[in-house]
Amino acid sequence: MADQALTATGPAARPSRGGSSGPAGRAPAAGRGRARRHRWVPVLFLAPAVLYLLAFYGFPVVKNVTMGFQQYTTSTFVSGEAPWVGFENYRAVFRSAVFDRALLNTFVFTVGSIFGQFTIGMGLALFFQRRFPLSSFLRSLILVPWLIPLIASSAVWRWILDKDSGALNRFLQNVGLVDTRPGWLTNTSLALLAVIVVNIWIGIPFNATILFGGLQDVPEELYEAAELDGATGFRRFWSITWPLLRPVVNVVLVLGVVYTIKVLDIILGLTDAGPANATQTLATQSYQLSFRLFDFGQGAAVSNILIVISLLFAVLYLRATRRAVDE
Amino acid sequence: MAPRPTGRAVALTAVAALGLPLALTACSGGTGGGVSTITVLDYYNNEPDNTIYQTALEACGKAENVTIERTAVPGSDLIAKVLQMASTKTLPDVLMIDNPEVAQIAESGALTPLSDLGVEPQGVPQGILDASTYDGKLYGLQPVTNTLALFYNTDLLKAAGVTPPTTWAELKETAAKLTAGNQYGVAFSAKPDYEGTWQFLPFMWSNGGDESNIDTPEMAQALQLWVDLVKSGSASESVVTWSQADVNDQFIAGNTAMMVNGPWQIPVLSEHPDLHWDVVPIPVPKAGMTAVAPFGGESWTVPNTGKKANQEIAAKIVTCLNSDDNEMTFATGRQTIPTRTSIQTEFASSNPTMATFSKLVQDARARTGKLGSKWPEAATKIYTALGSALVGGMSPEEALTQAANG
Repeated sequence: MADQALTATGPAARPSRGGSSGPAGRAPAAGRGRARRHRWVPVLFLAPAVLYLLAFYGFPVVKNVTMGFQQYTTSTFVSGEAPWVGFENYRAVFRSAVFDRALLNTFVFTVGSIFGQFTIGMGLALFFQRRFPLSSFLRSLILVPWLIPLIASSAVWRWILDKDSGALNRFLQNVGLVDTRPGWLTNTSLALLAVIVVNIWIGIPFNATILFGGLQDVPEELYEAAELDGATGFRRFWSITWPLLRPVVNVVLVLGVVYTIKVLDIILGLTDAGPANATQTLATQSYQLSFRLFDFGQGAAVSNILIVISLLFAVLYLRATRRAVDE
Repeated sequence: MAPRPTGRAVALTAVAALGLPLALTACSGGTGGGVSTITVLDYYNNEPDNTIYQTALEACGKAENVTIERTAVPGSDLIAKVLQMASTKTLPDVLMIDNPEVAQIAESGALTPLSDLGVEPQGVPQGILDASTYDGKLYGLQPVTNTLALFYNTDLLKAAGVTPPTTWAELKETAAKLTAGNQYGVAFSAKPDYEGTWQFLPFMWSNGGDESNIDTPEMAQALQLWVDLVKSGSASESVVTWSQADVNDQFIAGNTAMMVNGPWQIPVLSEHPDLHWDVVPIPVPKAGMTAVAPFGGESWTVPNTGKKANQEIAAKIVTCLNSDDNEMTFATGRQTIPTRTSIQTEFASSNPTMATFSKLVQDARARTGKLGSKWPEAATKIYTALGSALVGGMSPEEALTQAANG
């Protein structure tokens, strides 16, 4: 039975459309042996990738989803027992006072970061499209934020943004822009903005690099033709660059969302999700629930919510890339 | 055909790879009850702690005729490592845990009560034992401890013509007098993590505040003191972002004249010979009251490995680490305070800078003494309230009520 089903799907069985039950479906013995080998070769080639995906992507996701429905605490590690609690973890998370704040902050943080990263990244990509002396050197300098460990850059930014002795406030005061020094990391209405600005700085290299790469694929002839038609400046950008860059833009934006929504280290390094939860996001809340309160079940519940949001954008990403390939 | 021998070779390698560790474990399992190696896990991965504990552990092991196999991991990795070891049944024979985490780990069932192994400590203050107690049973012994006090810059206080404060009213007054230009009167850490809660404890406990119900007038008064210090400008708003190390840096830089901090900063302060400082107990609400400080430090426990022979030796090593001599070595070498009451006087007289801390420890209180494994939840509520009241625009009462219900 199973053998027949396999035969039917194999390449050797394809010519005989008569049905796998009929004698026509049975190939001579030698042919069958070869067919079986043919069937297994692609499976063998796929196996390492499939195993890798299952072990390192499938398993953690499944584990995380199930943990969200379990009472998973420090005791679980010793006894191996994690009682099922249904939606209790989700109920507790939704009921907690921090959740609404964290959800809103996650939204503002993601939209703000993406907007800043993308517009500045796009500006830089367009700027570097012109050839000028030292352009490639300067272009490589843009990558610097990408190359510094996040822990180090958030420590440096913490000094820069310090209220009393930070470089930014000293500059602002010397220039005469402010009378009282703003508490970038201590004021509850400024802290989220400060964290977004630092995250924009970190995200610019990614946006600029990918968009710059996309710009290289826009055919030069189109610009030459447009020039003959008298199109310059913004017209050139909106009518040629933007439409042709759209697939790349989609990819950059969707990946940007997926990366930004889960940012943890920068926020922990700069404000530790404070002051007064002003920079608390779903990612930091999940971290605190799991690794400070040791309530791994609730922590998993929050990160499952994050996974669902990321998944929505991943679907968008796949559709965007498919369109990019089609075009 | 080619695949076959290859397959067999792979299988052989796999068997060899699996079998080798098995064979090794079989060997270390001991020959007829004789234990030759005791494994130890701690987080003393920096000097001088690393060498001090290595030496002491080796000496204790030698007395029991066993070799010590010690692993030191970074502090932030320890609990994750312990949980991972618990799930794979590879816990060490002797395990060091930071005292507020003992209850949590004991609750999980990973530790063996010391009384089951015949360890009954004598001459240690009850507060210290409370920290390592869960559900009425003692799970660990802590050779040395530390606590918080008020450090002050003697030069700056002399220049301002003030003496170190002993009450809250004096603290506010003195801090205001010491605030001028870029210099703040006092600094502390109100960071939104356990560090912030830890620093607030001496103020809240000395005023009768209690972690089991934070929505009380006693708590609000203590929080009001911190709010007053920040709102009056005597302390920087940045306290909500500062760790205790940051607070120490501010003190060294002369940006603050006084700070709340612990003896583990003394080695760092000593690197600056131009900086003259001294220590007094944390000011109390009213004159004549006793300062109740929390204490820190790590506890040595015996994990529930199921290896009876190893556990018996492990318990002896834990006892050995808590001997008078070792407590004295750890205390003097690491700027900590011995826990045994009998050696306090000797220690305080030979280490005058530590005398203040030594006195505080006698009345110190364990963070988990009251709530046990529920402490992290309460600590989170407390640090949330700190932020809301200090910079979040809420009154201390509002902040505490909201945090209590959060």
